[in-house]
Amino acid sequence: MAELLTRADGPASVPALLHRNAKQFADAPAYREKEYGIWQTWTWSQTRDEVEALALGLMDMGINEGDFVAIIGRNRPYLYWAMVAAEMCGAVPVPLYQDANAEEMAYVMSHCGARFAIVGDQEQVDKIFEVQDQLPEFEQMIYLDPRGLRKYDHAAMAQYSDVQERGRKTRQTHIKEMEARQAKLDYDSTGVMLYTSGTTGKPKGVVLSNRNVIETAKSSSQFDDLRQTDDILAYLPMAWVGDFIFSVGQAMWTGFCTNCPESADTLHVDLREIGPTYYFAPPRVFETQLTNVMIRMEDASRMKKWLFHTFMALARKVGAAILDGKEVSQWDRFKYKLGEAFIYGPLKNTLGFSRVRVGYTAGEAIGPEIFDFYRSLGINLKQLYGQTEATVFITAQPDGEVRSDTVGVTCPGVELKIAENGEVFYRSPGVFVEYYKNPESTADTKDAEGWVATGDAGFIEEGSGHLRIIDRAKDVGKMADGSLFAPKYVENKLKFFPNILEAVVFGNERTACTAFINIDLTAVGNWAERNNIGYASYQELAQHPQVLETIQNHVEEVNASVAQDDMLSGCQIHRFVVLHKELDADDGELTRTRKVRRRIIEEKYADIIAALYDGSKSVSTETEVTYEDGRKGSIKATLGVRDAKVMPIAARMAAE
Amino acid sequence: MSDSYVTADGRTIGPVVMEMKNITLRFGGVEAIKDISFDIREGEIRAIIGPNGAGKSSMLNVISGFYVPQDGEVWYKGSRRPAMKPYQVAQQGIARTFQNIALFEGMSVLDNVMTGRLTHMKTGLFSQALWKGKAEAEEVANREVAEKIIDFLEIQAIRKTPVSRLPYGLKKRVELARALAAEPSILLLDEPMAGMNVEEKEDMSRFILDVNDEFGTTIALIEHDMGVVMDLSDRVVVMDYGKKIGDGTPSEVRNNQAVIDAYLGVAHD
Repeated sequence: MAELLTRADGPASVPALLHRNAKQFADAPAYREKEYGIWQTWTWSQTRDEVEALALGLMDMGINEGDFVAIIGRNRPYLYWAMVAAEMCGAVPVPLYQDANAEEMAYVMSHCGARFAIVGDQEQVDKIFEVQDQLPEFEQMIYLDPRGLRKYDHAAMAQYSDVQERGRKTRQTHIKEMEARQAKLDYDSTGVMLYTSGTTGKPKGVVLSNRNVIETAKSSSQFDDLRQTDDILAYLPMAWVGDFIFSVGQAMWTGFCTNCPESADTLHVDLREIGPTYYFAPPRVFETQLTNVMIRMEDASRMKKWLFHTFMALARKVGAAILDGKEVSQWDRFKYKLGEAFIYGPLKNTLGFSRVRVGYTAGEAIGPEIFDFYRSLGINLKQLYGQTEATVFITAQPDGEVRSDTVGVTCPGVELKIAENGEVFYRSPGVFVEYYKNPESTADTKDAEGWVATGDAGFIEEGSGHLRIIDRAKDVGKMADGSLFAPKYVENKLKFFPNILEAVVFGNERTACTAFINIDLTAVGNWAERNNIGYASYQELAQHPQVLETIQNHVEEVNASVAQDDMLSGCQIHRFVVLHKELDADDGELTRTRKVRRRIIEEKYADIIAALYDGSKSVSTETEVTYEDGRKGSIKATLGVRDAKVMPIAARMAAE
Repeated sequence: MSDSYVTADGRTIGPVVMEMKNITLRFGGVEAIKDISFDIREGEIRAIIGPNGAGKSSMLNVISGFYVPQDGEVWYKGSRRPAMKPYQVAQQGIARTFQNIALFEGMSVLDNVMTGRLTHMKTGLFSQALWKGKAEAEEVANREVAEKIIDFLEIQAIRKTPVSRLPYGLKKRVELARALAAEPSILLLDEPMAGMNVEEKEDMSRFILDVNDEFGTTIALIEHDMGVVMDLSDRVVVMDYGKKIGDGTPSEVRNNQAVIDAYLGVAHD
């Protein structure tokens, strides 16, 4: 076959990496998926054959160079192969969020003008059919799971396995052309296009080149010493840049195995069975797991409880130090070993973390207690800071320098600078090519010298050189008296309480800060059950006087801690409400990656915000909600507005 | 009606596969079923409805061979069926679920589904005990069928969970899985939606339609929820006090005066 472009230090495209792996690690496992109760494995050479068959099938269906191929579904090997197959044909894969609704999908697919869509099941097929009229360029759909689709009109759709079959049959006709197209792929060709979730406005298509993908995969794999024998569990949305880099970029570069769970419900069991060695999860996942452990420990026998609490106290004292290789007395080391046998080992096994060598969390700030809990068990959990435009990696924490309040030092090849207003800029080989069909936004974000604005405000800590992020730069504002307003900083402190799921703080250009709070139904519901507090709905529980009392205590604790900070002491919360509904991505209040959309919330709940500032004791409101199937309804509620105690601001009082 | 026809939604309904001819069933002096005749066609969803005590479950028990009627004949696949033991009926390809769930509570979901494969196991007790050669191959093959059904009904997450720990709605689904594991040609469902909330009913309805669609299984079901019956079934038999008072498509039955009277109640002269 035609020689594929390579560089001195390795292959120059993702398909080229696949061909290399198929030769170099031919019989090593590349992908696993649990199906029918058994882990099915594909080796690298089998993977190459599967991908090639699909690519040839796409060739036979008339795919052109530069076409966009939408890929929608839960994490399955077949869909990862589809991304590489699209590249083999010179086309560009565009993974989409599988829980996106039909309109969101229509926007993205018409924006890139996708001709093909490769989808998981009937649900996705139905969504595309629903919006097909808005997609003039769209031609063919390829689906994986035939269930329920037998009677559909197959003029514009085909089953994945049939396409592969077609590819195998017409191999002779297309292989030359396909190899020629692959040979053209170099470091500058587009590797993938990913749509950002967009906290403001419409999603933007981030174009990443093979250089972005491969350089990032290479340097990050070195940074954490990733090996060919590693295992990861692929369960985060395929449309998210992180999943692409972990499950395709790094997996292709190092040749490790990507494992796909059987279904979303079986995730926990599958995690235990696979025992990944390299693991990523957003803080929320770690939080939920910790909450579950704590709830289950409450039900344990007294002996077990005592063992758990005794050894966890020890772990808190010496666990992280042992992990970092610091000095710990022999006696403590001995006790920690005992703990490993009785508590830590079995607990890690239950959580599926027995083999984790490198674990990462990112996306949001993680509570120090949560972070320390996992580290004290001996799990090497670290933080990284990144974004789609950087092909993930900007900073990460090296082993031995891990803390909960920083996001680490610059990754290899990355340069950082902090602008006057505190905004963080970076430059790296991972910097994206452009926003597709959006030169203005590209120019706004990336300057001529390649510096990219992160949109986050932060500073580099003196001494350690670690980066600390305060908030989104555009959310950072000034209070009426001129002091700094950083809502996220306060919200994170609130969210570290297990009872609080989500918080939104207001106060820009106002005299005082106020907050919306969402209770965590798991934690608060469990507490209610234990204390014989009956409730009929989320709404009722949220407004229960004792719940409000508890939340008030949390808010006041946060105020006390915020008051300690010289820069941000003005951000103490004077008044708050506990919301009657959970903020939800389906209602547009959160992004699909669960980030708060402030503008939308401010508009939608303007009446409640008004009540927070006019001194009233309660507020009646009606809110529209969207159900998962797109139907709309509304919730009416009367919410109590509470005043929280505010700490005196020590520093400023002294100055005055 | 011709031998087979195609429905509006594109399913092919075949010829008559089971026919009940003038069935009468008595318990002592009580006539539970009085001279009822109807047929079931291949590939259709056939519902039996009626108020409480109408004799629906008794009818289902006659089909499943649990009760032997005093009068009348049951014709199955073109020949008259003699009085049979339930296991013999099962071997003929008829499987059922129960109104009051009858699962093995202490066993896992997977084991419960595997019991549905019993009629497909040919190896003897001795080789099963040794679990060598044929017996092993047979179990692997049967496990594969069971796993496909578990996948189909989306109960992978509870595969290894003991049935006793499951909520009611899921137990119903497991029971359906066990019945499906027998790969029946006729599936009898005794109130598959009883005691469920709206969402669970919607799920179950979808599974029943999917089973009929994917496997072409003929389904006879008893159900109280009229809305569900009318949406699901191709033809409906209506019973009241052991008698058949209506038979036809859902719309025919809905407009039948005798049926309206039985459900809404009229003064009996």
